[in-house]
Parts: sequence; C-alpha cells; structure tokens
Amino acid sequence: MRLPGRSRGRVFRLFTALALALLFAVPGALAGDFITVASTTSTQNAGLFDHLLPLFEAETGIEVRVVAVGTGQALRLARNGDADLLLVHDRPSEEAFVAEGYGSARFDLMYNDFVVVGPASDPAGIAGMGDAAAALAGIAAVEAPFVSRGDDSGTHRRERARWAAAGVDPTGASGTWYREAGQGMGATLNTATMMEAYTLADRGTWLSMRGRLDLRILVEGDAQLRNQYGVTLVSPERHPHVKAALARRFAEWLISPGGQAAIDGFTIDGERLFIPNAN
Amino acid sequence: MTDIAEAFAAAFSLVYHLDSDLGEIVLLSLQVSVGAVAVASAVGLPLGAAVALFRFPGRGAIVVILNALMGLPPVVVGLVVYLVLSRAGPLGVLGLLFTPTAMVIAQVLLVTPIIAALARQVIEDLWVEYEEQLRSLGATPRRALMALLWDGRVSLLTAVLAGFGRAIAEVGAVMIVGGNIDHVTRVMTTAIALEVSKGDLALALGLGIVLVALSIAVSAAAALLRGTLAQGRPR
Repeated sequence: MRLPGRSRGRVFRLFTALALALLFAVPGALAGDFITVASTTSTQNAGLFDHLLPLFEAETGIEVRVVAVGTGQALRLARNGDADLLLVHDRPSEEAFVAEGYGSARFDLMYNDFVVVGPASDPAGIAGMGDAAAALAGIAAVEAPFVSRGDDSGTHRRERARWAAAGVDPTGASGTWYREAGQGMGATLNTATMMEAYTLADRGTWLSMRGRLDLRILVEGDAQLRNQYGVTLVSPERHPHVKAALARRFAEWLISPGGQAAIDGFTIDGERLFIPNAN
Repeated sequence: MTDIAEAFAAAFSLVYHLDSDLGEIVLLSLQVSVGAVAVASAVGLPLGAAVALFRFPGRGAIVVILNALMGLPPVVVGLVVYLVLSRAGPLGVLGLLFTPTAMVIAQVLLVTPIIAALARQVIEDLWVEYEEQLRSLGATPRRALMALLWDGRVSLLTAVLAGFGRAIAEVGAVMIVGGNIDHVTRVMTTAIALEVSKGDLALALGLGIVLVALSIAVSAAAALLRGTLAQGRPR
C-alpha cells in the first residue's frame, strides 16, 4: 500500500488523532452517586434489573451497578467489601453473613420457586410428582442424565439440599449421568436441552427462556422448592468505605410499596416472575 | 442453521439501527484494549529489545519465561488482579475494582509478555544483521536499541497487533475485574458471554460477528499504517 509523500504524514497524523480521541472520549457513564450490588445470575438472566433499575434511578438519581455472579461468589465479593448491597437467594448464608458482622441488616424481598424440568420423554417417570427429593431419587435410580449448575450458586445449594434429602450423593456419578456444568442458569438450561437431561431451574429464568428450550416442567409445588430472595446491607462497621446510606435507600425502595409494586409488575408473557413479600 | 441465519440477522439489525448500547460497548472495548496495548507496547517493546541485545546472567531463563507468559490464562490474571484490587487486597483503597481502569491493568499484564517476547525475536534477528555496522559506528547500547526498534517497526507492528488481538478477544480477565456492569464495564466479549448465559445464542453470535468485523477494521487500519511506516525505511 503506497501513498504519495504528502498524504503519508497525513495518515500518520490521522492515526495519532484517532488514538488520542479514543482514549479521551467521554465514557458512557459519568460517575455520579452509584452503588455496587452483588447479585445472582438468575435475577439478571430473567431481566429483573433492566425492569427495576431505570425506575429507581429516575426516582432518586442513584445509579445501581449490578455485578451478577453465583450466590456463593456474590457473598465472597460482599465479604471482601467489594459490594455495598447483596441481593441473593440463600437465606441460611445471608443470615450467617449478618451474624458474622459482615452485614448490618437483611430483609425478605420477593420469592418464586424452583422447578424440576426435563425432556418430554421423561425417562425417570417423574412428571406430576409433588416431592422434589423423591423425583431426584427416581432420576438417580434409572441414572437418567441430570445437569447440575455445579457453581455453588443459590440454585446449586438448593439442589444439593434436595439430593441430601433424597439420601443420594450424586457427586460420585459426576461425569456419567450427573453432569456439573459450572455455568449460569441460562447456559445450564441450554445444556440440559442439548443433552435431553433433567435440571433444577428457578422459575424466573425458566419463564424468560422456555420458548427456546425443548424441556418442560415436571415437578413443581413442593414447599421445599420455595425460592426466597433477600436484600442484605453490607456493614459499614466492617468495611468503612461502603456506601451504606445510598445502599440503604435502594434497599428501602425495594421493600417499599413502590418497589414491591415494581417487582409485582415484572411479567413475561403475562406471567409474573417474582412475587414481592417484604414485610 | 436457523440459529446462524438469525445471528446474521441480529448482527445486521444491531448495526443497522445503530443501537446506542452497542455503540457504547464497542467504544469501551476499543478504549480498554487500545489503552492496554499502548501501555504494554511502551513497556514490552523496550523490554524485548533489551533482552535481545544485552547479555546478563539468567537471560536464557528470562527468554523462556517471557515465551511461556504468552500463554497466561486470562482467568488467572483476572483473579490475581481481583485479589490485589479487592477492598480486602493490598491496593483496595484505590477503589479501582469494577472500573475500566482495572480492566486495562489486567489486559496490560496479559499483553505485555506477548509484545515483549515477539519484539525480542524481531530485534534479535535484526541484531544479527546489523551488529557489525552498529559497533563500527560506535553506537552506545542505548542508541543501538533505539535504532533497532525503529528499523524493526514494521515487524514490531505485527507484535503489537498480536497483543491487540489477545486483548480485544479475551473475556476471562475483564469479566472478573470489570464485573460486566451494564453501561460501566460491559465490553463486547462480556456482553457475548452474558447473552450465552441468558440462552440468547442468536444475539450472542450477532455480537460476535460485530466483534470480528471490528477486528478486521483494526487490522486493515494497521495495514494502512504499515504501508506508511514502510515508506520511511532506509531499505
């Protein structure tokens, strides 16, 4: 690529100018008041934050930055002081977080439920069962493929609790019929479709994705499958830098009638994904 | 097949509608990766040249380590940078975690060894060619180093491009230290990973197509720059 002498200098100057313009371009978001929320992939994948955050920001001008990871990792982020607020779904560990002094308060926020989904062929014959542990025992008995989140998320913790209730330790079969994906809920549901396998899913992600999946709900309605989400404030006594006041405003908005109505109004195809239940 | 057709449709629709979110994500991707490559070049090119020219104890080991670090796993780099920048870590007070700056730091660590290792090879080859000439001119080591860096600039541009390719394509490090926060630290690769995790494969692939197009544009721009640089060469 040969250019005449004059334009050579011009090309060089153009590149320098472009590079400088790029580096100093105004970033999309100017940092005003913001808080960092450690939350779960299930709430993000369902699209809840895209629905709630614009409402809160319009009302208060506070920007909410969501880091969506598994519940286990979210708890670790908050424990290290890397988030101002926790929005996760594993009540025992949230309460332990507060008891150990990392959190200053925890509030119930909303719930939905987990469902056992699987292929229409249902090789373990669990369709219509009301007891998740018994259904899992049935899957283990015929060694039908089951995809586990395998990522220490809230969903994974619940799945392990139900296996324990069934008296089955599936990890011994890991790699055979029990397959640990180590991925988020959406990717795990996709994997289950590909493998014609069973999996445990939260209803929110299930509803937001079911049109693209070749799976159906086989077990639901077990009281043990209730999926309670809570919001926990990170304690400023443990981590003085956390934005406790701003985080509290967001938490209080979420559990206020306005925030609860916003959660209530979040639907996909007319179905409500989360049922608000703050006290 | 339908997924692939849908992906192209998604890619065209994203670009055609000049989706403002997409523009933001593309701009941030370029800012982070170009910034990281600029810093990595400023460090890596002289470092590679120095290792090529100077003889010192342990040089062989450094060459081996530099070459090995080209294969650093991004997730591991991300994890290390996270532990350092976390509020619980040594540099936590700076509050850099989950910012584009943290993403640049992680990519600098990933890209510098690539640029340094490739630069070392280029300069070593040139040194074989020009050693006598430079010595007879009485060039100091510093001047020799600068002369060789200038003379090898066309080949070194390829080293820099290799570094850019690594930076723009990696997802593991920026996901951990950036957090994939919408409008703050979401870049092309983390947006793709998010759509995969949501199960929207067509949109994910559509974003992938835009990313590849972006890479081609950068590489074409480099070819233009290379043509300009080559004309300044003595040979």
